[in-house]
Amino acid sequence: MNSSLLLSITTFVYGLAAVLYIIAWIFKKPQPGKTASWILIIGAVCNTAGIFLRWVESYKLGIGHAPLSNMYESLIFFSWTIVILYIVVEHRYKNRVIGAFVSPIAFLAMAYASLPNISDRIQPLIPALKSNWLIAHVVTCFLGYSAFAIAFGISIMYLIKQTDKTEKIRLLSSFPNLEVLDELTQQMVVVGFLFLTGGIITGAVWANSAWGTYWSWDPKETWSLITWFVYATLLHARLMRGWHGKQIAYLSIIGFLAVMFTYFGVNLLPGLHSYAK
Amino acid sequence: MLDIFDMYHSWWFRLLMVALALNIIACSVHRLSTTWNIIFNTHPSYNTARFKKLSGNIEFTDNRSPDELIKIYGSIIAKRFGTQKIDKSGNGYFIFAEKFRWTRLGAYIVHLSIMLLLTGSLIGSLLGFEGYVNIPEGETVNKIRLRNSRQIYPLDFEIRCDDFKISFYDSGTPKEYRSSLTIIENQKPVLKRDIIVNDPLRYRGINIYQSGYGKMSAEKKPVVDIKSKKIVLNITNHRTGMTYTKELLIGEAIALPEGRGRFLIKEFLPSAIFGGQNIGSALIGILTGKGSDPKKVLLPLRFPDFDKMRNGHFVFYTANTDSLLMTSESDMANRYYTGLQVTKDPGVWVVYTGFVMMMIGCFVSFFMSHQQILIEIHQTGGETRVLVAGTANKNKTGMNLRLQKLSRILARQSYKQH
Repeated sequence: MNSSLLLSITTFVYGLAAVLYIIAWIFKKPQPGKTASWILIIGAVCNTAGIFLRWVESYKLGIGHAPLSNMYESLIFFSWTIVILYIVVEHRYKNRVIGAFVSPIAFLAMAYASLPNISDRIQPLIPALKSNWLIAHVVTCFLGYSAFAIAFGISIMYLIKQTDKTEKIRLLSSFPNLEVLDELTQQMVVVGFLFLTGGIITGAVWANSAWGTYWSWDPKETWSLITWFVYATLLHARLMRGWHGKQIAYLSIIGFLAVMFTYFGVNLLPGLHSYAK
Repeated sequence: MLDIFDMYHSWWFRLLMVALALNIIACSVHRLSTTWNIIFNTHPSYNTARFKKLSGNIEFTDNRSPDELIKIYGSIIAKRFGTQKIDKSGNGYFIFAEKFRWTRLGAYIVHLSIMLLLTGSLIGSLLGFEGYVNIPEGETVNKIRLRNSRQIYPLDFEIRCDDFKISFYDSGTPKEYRSSLTIIENQKPVLKRDIIVNDPLRYRGINIYQSGYGKMSAEKKPVVDIKSKKIVLNITNHRTGMTYTKELLIGEAIALPEGRGRFLIKEFLPSAIFGGQNIGSALIGILTGKGSDPKKVLLPLRFPDFDKMRNGHFVFYTANTDSLLMTSESDMANRYYTGLQVTKDPGVWVVYTGFVMMMIGCFVSFFMSHQQILIEIHQTGGETRVLVAGTANKNKTGMNLRLQKLSRILARQSYKQH
C-alpha cells in the first residue's frame, strides 16, 4: 500500500459519494443520502491517511517535507479541506442536498490530480520552498479556497432554487430555503475571506524572508489580491448596501472564478510561483 | 507613458492607490461619528417597544414576585454582561444589558490596517531600496545596483564572498545555494555568516538575500594562462628505475630518452572522464614509440601516479601538479559568483503591524458582535411573566441561539430556588 494507491482509491470513494448524494437528491430517498455521508467520511479517512503516508514516504526517501509542495499535492489537500469543511456544514445544517453540489468539486479536484500530466512523484523541496512558512501559507490559502468552493456550490443552488418562484418543482423542494442558502453563502465567504487574508499575509511575510520584498506583483500575488477584492466587494455590498440573494450569489460565483484563475490560470503566466505547476 | 509593462510603478497605478486610500478614509470618517456615539455613549437608552417586536423573544412564567427575581437575575446578567441597567416599571422591572460595544470598531480596524499597509509601502519606497550585486568568490564589494533605476548605490560597509557552494539532489535538481559572506567595516571583518535561500543576513537595517549564482564568465579569466606554464615531467624507466626530468609546454613534443620515440603534450582538459568518472583536470599526452602507433596517455593533475597503471616502458609523472592546479582551476572558469539581493525597507514593520491589525480586525468584524438584551419582569395576575429579548448588530441567528441558552439558565435558576 503506498500513498498514490490510497489516494487513487480516495478519488473513487469521493466519486461514489458524489453519485449517491445526487441520487438521494433526485430520487428523494433518505437511504442513499445516509450512505453517501458515510462513504464521504470513509473517503476523508483515506484522504487523510494518504496525505500522512505521503509525508512518511518522503522521509523514507530522505527528502522529508510536508506534502504541500506541488500541483498534485495541493489538489489532494484542496479536496481534503473541501470534504472536511463540507462534513462540518452537513452536520450543522442537516441537509444532504448541498452534498450533491459540493462533493463533485472534491471529486473533480482528485480526478484532475490523477491525470497523467500531473506528476505524482515525491520530489525534493527546491531551496525556495525550504521554509517553515510553507505549511502555514499553503494551509491557510487552501482553507480559504475550499470555503469559497463550498460558497460557490451553495450559490449555484441558490440561483437554481430562485428560478422556481411558485415552489412547484419537485427537485428543488428538498433544497434548503433561500434564506438559509443566502446565509450559508455569506458564512462560507466570511470564513474563506479570513483564511485568504491569512494566506496572503503569510505569503507576504514568507516572501520578505526569502526574497527581501513582501510584495512583488507576481501574477499569483496580483490575482490573489484581485480575488480578495472581489470578496471584499461582496462583503461590503451585503453589509453596507444590503445586497442579498441573487446579487450575492453572482458575486460569490465571480469570486470563485477568480480563485480558480489564481490557482490554475496563473500557471500560464511566468512568475515566482512557477513550482506550483 | 502609461508604463503598461511596469504598471505597478506607474504614476496612474499610484494614483489609483491614493484614490483607494482617500475613499477608505472618507467612508470611514463618514460612518465613524455614528459608531462613535454608540460605543462611547455613557447613558445608553433602550427602546422597549423595539425589543418587544424582535423575532427571537422568549417568554416564561415564575411563581415568585418580581422583587425576588430581580435579585437572582441581576447577578446572573451582571456576570455575563459587563454593563447593566435596572429600571422599575409599573408592575415590575426592566433589565437592560449589553456587551462588546467596541466590536463595532472591527471594520475600522481593518480599514486602518489598509492605511498602515499603504503607509508602510510608501515609507519603503521613499526611504528604502531594492538592489542586487554579484560577487565572485574571494572578492569584496562596497556598492550595489538598484533594481528600478539601475543606478549604483554605495554601501556603508563591504561584503566579501568567501565561498559559494551549490549542492544537488540525486535527481539533479538544486538542493541548496550557500554563500559564505563576511561583512567588513573599516578594513576589519565584523561579521561572518553563511546565507541560504530563506535565511538572509541582516546587517544595520540592510537585508542580504541569496538570490542567484553563476560561473565566472570567460573575460574575467585571470591573466595566467596554463598554456604559458612549463610542465615538469619525470619520466621513469619502469624496470631500471632510471628517472629523466624534462620540461615542456602544452603542444610541445620532446624526444624520449633511451631512443624510445617521441612524447607530445597534446592538450589540457579542465575535466577529464575515466571509466565514466570525472577525475578532474588532466593533461593528455601522445606517446609515439619507434615503429608503433601513437598511444594516448592520460595524466590527471590530482592523481600524479595514475600512469603506473598503464604498465608501459616509461611511467610519466607530472612533478609540478600543485602549481599547475592553481593556475588551471582559477583559470578554467571554475570560480562561481554569488548573486545577492540587497534591500532596505524601514516600512516593513509598519506593514507587519498592518497585517496583525487586519487579522484582528477581520476576526472582530466577522465573528464578534455588539449584543444587547432586555429582560422584562412583570406581575400579571398571580404569577410573574419573564420576557427575554435581545439583538446583535451581526449574526442575528447566533444571537437567538444565545437568547435561548440564557432563558434556559434563567428558568432553571427559578426552579432551583423553589
